[in-house]
Amino acid sequence: MAMITADPKDVPHVGHFAFTPENLAKAHGWISHYPAGRQASAVIAVLDLAQRQQGWLPRVAMDEVAKLLDMAPIRVYEIATFYTMFQLKPRGKYLLQVCTTTPCWLRGSEAVMKACQHAADGETFSVQEVECLGGCVNAPVVQINDDFYEDLDETSINKVLDAFRRGETPKPGPQVDRQTSAPIGGATTLRSE
Amino acid sequence: MLSDKDRIFTNLYGAHDWHLAGARARGAWDNTKAILDKGPDGIIDEMKKSGLRGRGGAGFPTGLKWSFMPKEVKDRPHYLIVNADESEPGTCKDRDILRHDPHLFIEGCLVAGFAMRANAGYIYVRGEFYNEAQNLIAAVREAYEAGLLGKNACGSGWDFDLYVHRGAGAYICGEETALLESLEGKKGMPRLKPPFPAGSGLYGCPSTVNNVESIAVAPTILRRGAAWFAGIGRPNNTGTKLFCISGHVNKPCNVEEEMGIPLHELIDRHAGGVRGGWDNLLAVIPGGASVPLLPKSICDTVLMDFDSLRDQRSGLGTAAVIVMDKSTDIVKAIARLSYFYKHESCGQCTPCREGTGWMWRVMERMVTGNARLEEIDALEDVTKQVEGHTICALGDAAAWPIQGLIRHFRPEMERRIRVRTEKLAAE
Repeated sequence: MAMITADPKDVPHVGHFAFTPENLAKAHGWISHYPAGRQASAVIAVLDLAQRQQGWLPRVAMDEVAKLLDMAPIRVYEIATFYTMFQLKPRGKYLLQVCTTTPCWLRGSEAVMKACQHAADGETFSVQEVECLGGCVNAPVVQINDDFYEDLDETSINKVLDAFRRGETPKPGPQVDRQTSAPIGGATTLRSE
Repeated sequence: MLSDKDRIFTNLYGAHDWHLAGARARGAWDNTKAILDKGPDGIIDEMKKSGLRGRGGAGFPTGLKWSFMPKEVKDRPHYLIVNADESEPGTCKDRDILRHDPHLFIEGCLVAGFAMRANAGYIYVRGEFYNEAQNLIAAVREAYEAGLLGKNACGSGWDFDLYVHRGAGAYICGEETALLESLEGKKGMPRLKPPFPAGSGLYGCPSTVNNVESIAVAPTILRRGAAWFAGIGRPNNTGTKLFCISGHVNKPCNVEEEMGIPLHELIDRHAGGVRGGWDNLLAVIPGGASVPLLPKSICDTVLMDFDSLRDQRSGLGTAAVIVMDKSTDIVKAIARLSYFYKHESCGQCTPCREGTGWMWRVMERMVTGNARLEEIDALEDVTKQVEGHTICALGDAAAWPIQGLIRHFRPEMERRIRVRTEKLAAE
């Protein structure tokens, strides 16, 4: 159980938050997926929109989400602190979410974590240890913003990080020569076509 | 070995087009109306005959689960909920279905929703699977545009709406009632059962929660017939299954194989064998982090299905095979899982909230041997006090890996304690 507060002390003061018209339309799109009166179901989606707009979730953004969904603010704070993908403090441009759970650990996530920690400067890169990302046959995995970088080792994660530093977006997925989750060297099945 | 013509997930690796046209060329959405014409009871009967057991871990018969829904819709609507919150360490099969074969899965949602008389379905995708969810959302849109979903879906006369709902990072939301809470916009804290979801689920309405793989195989079963599916595998453990082989193998991979395939054959044939050869094998966790590990002596002969693994006091779980060779610090490998459960406990039940932290701290001491011999018994005793004393199965899941370690590797735990004690005495 994570010990997280919705109101951390060491964050910059944000006095005002309002959704852009585009995001407000998207938020209403999410709300429309649920029966009338059940708009709270959209809370994760709408918080995600706020986080994408602001880069993180200041208290005023959570309050705005609460207002939009007609929820008590505390119910929104509960969500923002319960689910690990919500960032309650500003973070670097690229969030390195390093999986270190056993399947990744068995294949060398410690070295990958070290490389990421070394790169984390709080501006370009922030690093976070995360639990199983669900890409275990492509371990070790690092999620960088929305993309999974897979089959990493110390050399390849550094290559990926260097590319980000140069302003490029390296190709997500396996960083070795293989087709997604198929065995290296080619699939042992589905070859009849 | 399963032949390619009997494989359901023919685009498992994403080598082909996952959009509607590509999926149709592979047989998805082929005369879905004919399937729906069997009627809800006909579909459920066929699913029961196929012997399909839920692919999310518990192995509960899928057809039977569907039959628990009320036979007619009264004042409350029915809901189909699909659990795509794949987070069990070692497991990454649903990810491939969502991103590479979404149409097969969406067709399954329609069929399952129709069979349980639901006009709406929600797919709960773990938040980290952002790109996978985007593929799924795009595929749902394609299905709507082609008249396969929505009003009069597939010309069947049945209306069916399907929505993708993203989570935001919480293993516990893979527990079905926690998932329902999360879908309602609350913290993912499991509910007491009864009432079961089929009586009172999402928004208090009759609901059924199924795993992605269970739903995705349904259309193929109904097209090819229950007898075809039941003819694969072993009695009570029928059909094909997606296996995820990770850890110390030469070629980690996902693969669809026959239920009941020997573990040794599965690893050698598809994953390029254990690193350093079969004799270099130390242990395997055969069904995702929650199930007890098996030492090599059992791995030599064990079959990969529900009953065979249960007989070895482990389980098929999600069929996520985590392989560990002799270089593995086995106590640390399990201690890392203990940390996982401590991190993911929702904190609602005291035995789990306090127990997972306690067990992890003791496990960390066991890694270095910083313990007394009798503490191994105390640890085992605590696992038994957590197991079965919580609202959901996360407490059990935290207990079982430690119980498996003590059962099979107690001498190694004792050795570490002795070595450290002797070293301290010598100093």
